[in-house]
Amino acid sequence: MLKRMNWLVAAPKDFRVQARALHAEVAAARDRAPAEDLGLRIHALANHALDENQLVALARLAADAVKTGLAPQLFSALKLGVFGDGTLSLLAPAIAGTALRHRLMIDTLVGEFNAALFEALDPASRVRAAGLDMALMVSDARVLGLDQPAASREAAEAAVDRAFAQLRQTVEGLRPWVASAILVQTVPPPLEPLFGSYDRVQPGSPLSMVASFNQRIADWAASGAVVIVDVARLAASVGLETWDDPGHWHASKLGFSPDLLPVYADVVARTIAAVRGLSRKCLVLDLDNTLWGGVIGDDGLAGIVVGQGSATGEAFLAVQRMALALRARGVVLAICSKNEEANARAPFREHPDMLLREDHIAVFQANWTDKAANLRAIAETLNIGVDALVFLDDNPAERMQVRRALPLVAVPELPEDPALYARTLAAAGYFDAVAFSKEDRERAEMYQANARRAAALSASGDIGAYLASLDMVCTIDFVDDVARARVAQLVNKSNQFNLTTRRYSEAELAAAIRDPMRRVVQVRLVDRFGDNGVIAVLIADKGADVWEIDTWLMSCRVLGRRVEEACLAHLAAAAKASGAQALIGKFVPSAKNAMVKDHYPKLGFSRERELEGTAIFRLDLDSYVAPTLEMAVDDRTLAAGVGREAAHA
Amino acid sequence: MRREEILVEIRDVMADVLGIDADAEDVTEATTASDIEEWDSLSHIRLLVAIERKFKLRSRFTNSEIESLKRVGDLVTLIEKKTSA
Repeated sequence: MLKRMNWLVAAPKDFRVQARALHAEVAAARDRAPAEDLGLRIHALANHALDENQLVALARLAADAVKTGLAPQLFSALKLGVFGDGTLSLLAPAIAGTALRHRLMIDTLVGEFNAALFEALDPASRVRAAGLDMALMVSDARVLGLDQPAASREAAEAAVDRAFAQLRQTVEGLRPWVASAILVQTVPPPLEPLFGSYDRVQPGSPLSMVASFNQRIADWAASGAVVIVDVARLAASVGLETWDDPGHWHASKLGFSPDLLPVYADVVARTIAAVRGLSRKCLVLDLDNTLWGGVIGDDGLAGIVVGQGSATGEAFLAVQRMALALRARGVVLAICSKNEEANARAPFREHPDMLLREDHIAVFQANWTDKAANLRAIAETLNIGVDALVFLDDNPAERMQVRRALPLVAVPELPEDPALYARTLAAAGYFDAVAFSKEDRERAEMYQANARRAAALSASGDIGAYLASLDMVCTIDFVDDVARARVAQLVNKSNQFNLTTRRYSEAELAAAIRDPMRRVVQVRLVDRFGDNGVIAVLIADKGADVWEIDTWLMSCRVLGRRVEEACLAHLAAAAKASGAQALIGKFVPSAKNAMVKDHYPKLGFSRERELEGTAIFRLDLDSYVAPTLEMAVDDRTLAAGVGREAAHA
Repeated sequence: MRREEILVEIRDVMADVLGIDADAEDVTEATTASDIEEWDSLSHIRLLVAIERKFKLRSRFTNSEIESLKRVGDLVTLIEKKTSA
């Protein structure tokens, strides 16, 4: 399943012809503007199950497209360094070709063979001038010396220490030259047993040493210092016998079977996409023959197959169980089905064996309109893009219609047998994460609370009274270690309410927090329906006379709640207290942030000038009066006073 | 499979793997890696993997077989041997 990547549609027969034609269009884009849909067509071609040679063809195309800066609103561009053990030059093009599927336009820099540490530490290294956004560390047990048994527990620990220390030194050497995340791969264990089953007991066996090395990487990633790419897990999932290919290692020092380059590259690319905030957010489920066997409209409540006692019924339960597990980790669930609404809802309300209940579903679209229109409606209701949706449907015709109408919705192919639905969905890794915060855990609840708030609004009518009825408490505070991961996530994910769309890695964010010349604050909002968590982030550069707002972003969940006015009141008070006379705000237009075009004028800023598309606004603090809001504001930065800020810096 | 048929299939694989036009005049049995710019040691690995897949070879190329390949004709001979076995 993983090896063939069967959640993807098979490559078109004329792939070579299509790839060449697209490449020619990309090359021509240097002289004249390309067709508007060229980016989408490239993405569509990449969104097939491709072999390693087809990926190389796409990597060549991507290399040219990077130069022309093609379709920046569709593809997130980045420069990736690939370093480490074995032959890396086969990995890099597979990653760059695959990346287009994940809406990344990757230009790679390939490290020298087995020379990562040297390249990381050498002051004259080309790595330092390369302008890397991210780096990938590839490790191999055979190069780390973890494939040879150690004589004692002490010798085994020393070998693991040495291997990990070298990896760590390489990463720390690279870190100043890498703007964002550093990805570190785990290592698959050697296949050949030494003691047999006793290898697991024996600390000096290669199996035990590799396990201990991988655990070190996991602990490291838990600290937030690196992002883990679990290649050991991938190798175990496809099977070590399939993964490990001694012939290729001996001939070319390629660490695994080249047949697995495509799925390996997909795992790497989806991790990079997750770092860039491009993971999916919502799972949309069809009903008939996707969540239960049979057709509810024809077969009725007693006729559909779901639940224990039949193999088919259990297969559909497994799909529901997976949906619930995803929901528990923050993935929002929605329904999109061609059915009478009353029929569609009946099993959720009345069928004793259903695990999914109406409570779990944020948006329920059951009608006879086409599914693309319903998916659009789901995205609108949740205030997310259709590119955040995954649509699970057993019907190939529906899948094709959705792919045509909404090419950015992820629509996995499904095998005939429902027993494999859950596994196929999981294998695609649509919801891969690089961190897991309290907000993630509670996100699905928050989206549902939102739906209830919308209902409350339509019942009340008067906005002021409605806002007052929400019992809002807005908390403004500096960013501590606990909140940092969530703040980084917001900074890298927010597209719509984001004035400058400036991205910060967690490390860059930590640096900004420490910088005494910058003010980084998080804003949280609790109301009577629940805790919305962190809903705004502000970063300001503190000048003597003026404070410049570098970053202002808010979660769209709290639009219309006057939180932005609370944010401004905070910034104005802090700037004034430090002796500044004005605030400067900028609007940098992107493909997605048109909604905040007039953000500053609405708040009373005057337009100063325009610079290369960026509009610059100014607010004189002398004439600014903080408004009265329908919420309690708990500004902990002011309460704590200057002492706390200094201590914080 | 006749040698000429094998050669036609090899040209097709080369077009995919090397991203070149591999017509009859470009690739003959006498062609060597030094004749084709895109055919370097890395694309050579991909080429052999793609050929194993294309001809559905039951046994993989061994390292000594790979090292014995000097020209496209050697590759044809090897495939002939492996497909008739």
